[in-house]
Amino acid sequence: MTSPEVHQLVWGRPISCHAFNKDRTQVAICPNDNTVEIYQRNGSGWELTETLTGHDQLVTSIDWAPETNRIVTCSQDRNAYVWTWNPTEGKWGHSLVHLRINRAATYVRWSPKENKFAVASGARLISICYFEEENNWWGSKHIKKPIKSTILSLDWHPDNILLVAGSTDMKTRVFSAYIKGVDGKASNPVWGDKLPLHTLCGEFDNDGWVHSVAFSPSGNYVAWSSHNSVVSLASGPNNPVITIPTNALPIVSIIFASETSIIGVGHDCVPFLFAQRGGQWELVGKLDQGQKKSVAANSAFRVFQQMDSRAQQTNQDVELNTTHQNTITSVRPYAGYPDNVTKFSTSGVDGKLVIWDVLASGVAGLRI
Amino acid sequence: MSNTLRPYLSAVRSTVTAAMCLENFSSQVVERHNKPEVEARVSSEVLLTPVVISRNENEKVLIEGSINSLRISIKVKQADEIERILCHKFTRFLMLRAESFFILRRKPVEGYDISFLVTNHHTETMYKHKLVDFIIQFMEEVDKEISEMKLSLNARARIVAESYLQQFS
Repeated sequence: MTSPEVHQLVWGRPISCHAFNKDRTQVAICPNDNTVEIYQRNGSGWELTETLTGHDQLVTSIDWAPETNRIVTCSQDRNAYVWTWNPTEGKWGHSLVHLRINRAATYVRWSPKENKFAVASGARLISICYFEEENNWWGSKHIKKPIKSTILSLDWHPDNILLVAGSTDMKTRVFSAYIKGVDGKASNPVWGDKLPLHTLCGEFDNDGWVHSVAFSPSGNYVAWSSHNSVVSLASGPNNPVITIPTNALPIVSIIFASETSIIGVGHDCVPFLFAQRGGQWELVGKLDQGQKKSVAANSAFRVFQQMDSRAQQTNQDVELNTTHQNTITSVRPYAGYPDNVTKFSTSGVDGKLVIWDVLASGVAGLRI
Repeated sequence: MSNTLRPYLSAVRSTVTAAMCLENFSSQVVERHNKPEVEARVSSEVLLTPVVISRNENEKVLIEGSINSLRISIKVKQADEIERILCHKFTRFLMLRAESFFILRRKPVEGYDISFLVTNHHTETMYKHKLVDFIIQFMEEVDKEISEMKLSLNARARIVAESYLQQFS
């Protein structure tokens, strides 16, 4: 199969978020409105099988729990729904989550054990949601302090207790999301011994909004990308922060491909690979080599004329020389999760879902 | 085209490109609202520091960024009274038709002649790099347009004056 695999799922509209099921035969996307569309893999393409309606405003985030096969969606209408497959009726049923927030929900992720999920919101808090058996609904507990602004992203530690959050108050924070009665003993050698809910296990300053956060597969590193085009890493609450500056536009979504490599996507329309080589974290390169276009038709005169009059360095084609034609808004692991991601998927403002092969992406001399 | 225009335009181009990194961001002050933060100005942390790029005292660009919107205000060169009138008429003509220009703001920011407001909805429906091209092209054309209008106005005035004075000769 050619790499990357490009699927134009919607035309002229962004895909605001996407999530695959466990065996990667289905994908849930939000076509930048209040619905969630589920596509079924059909040979080399995708077929729309179901549209989940229920939200009132833009669906901001989707997550698909691989083992329990439940979808959680959250939206700017302040609600989150858990969708479960009903085999007798052959459709997805939904139940409302008691988030108790009064601003937009911005981001949602299932915990690794899939018994709870965290919803970030513009109400300057994080709702940790779990199933309350006695009431038969999804209830929530709040993490409020010391968050000062909208949370843009979250990620769970593999131990199911810790949570990292990045927000527009330019801080990255690690919290404990321990829920009594749901979780067992909570202790972590890196981030703290005593971890009741609300514990702030680490707080890191930045010079820009924190767009995306991620825990490494072992949970010892936390990485985040901020609006000043820097990807940073921390290996504990008191250890110095490692920063990887780039000369690219801001990176808005990151994942760990392995313990020593990070994939980041953003406004530059190409995925970047960051890796630890020889003890140093650095930007390895772009994972999109782009299509070569014939530029012979452009005369040298025209090139210089454009440089002079419009300060344009490139030819005036409408299409960019990259696979994605606009900002990439999300990156998710596709194969090899968690500690050896060989394939990853990206979706963006151009309505494309692209599945990339890390090794076939042709980064010259890629040795991690 | 004078030599200083190119660095000026390339500075504007790179600043606008960097500021046009927008995302959908719902208001954290008003429930269920989603408005351009650069206009609403209710949460200071999602606003970026405004940047002014000026070529000389008469020509400058103000670029105000935020998480979901971007405002670009242009002060067009006005050397004399005629250019001032022409510029006023020209920008007014455009701004009365702001809907057809999508990113044009109905009123300019104080101290500037014309303003653009780019929100995340614009960057979602249009190519980001073409939006930047459009703004740069506009900046370049507006000068040309006004000097052409000034020339034709002067030529016309000369013809009118000549034909008027001919009757006394």
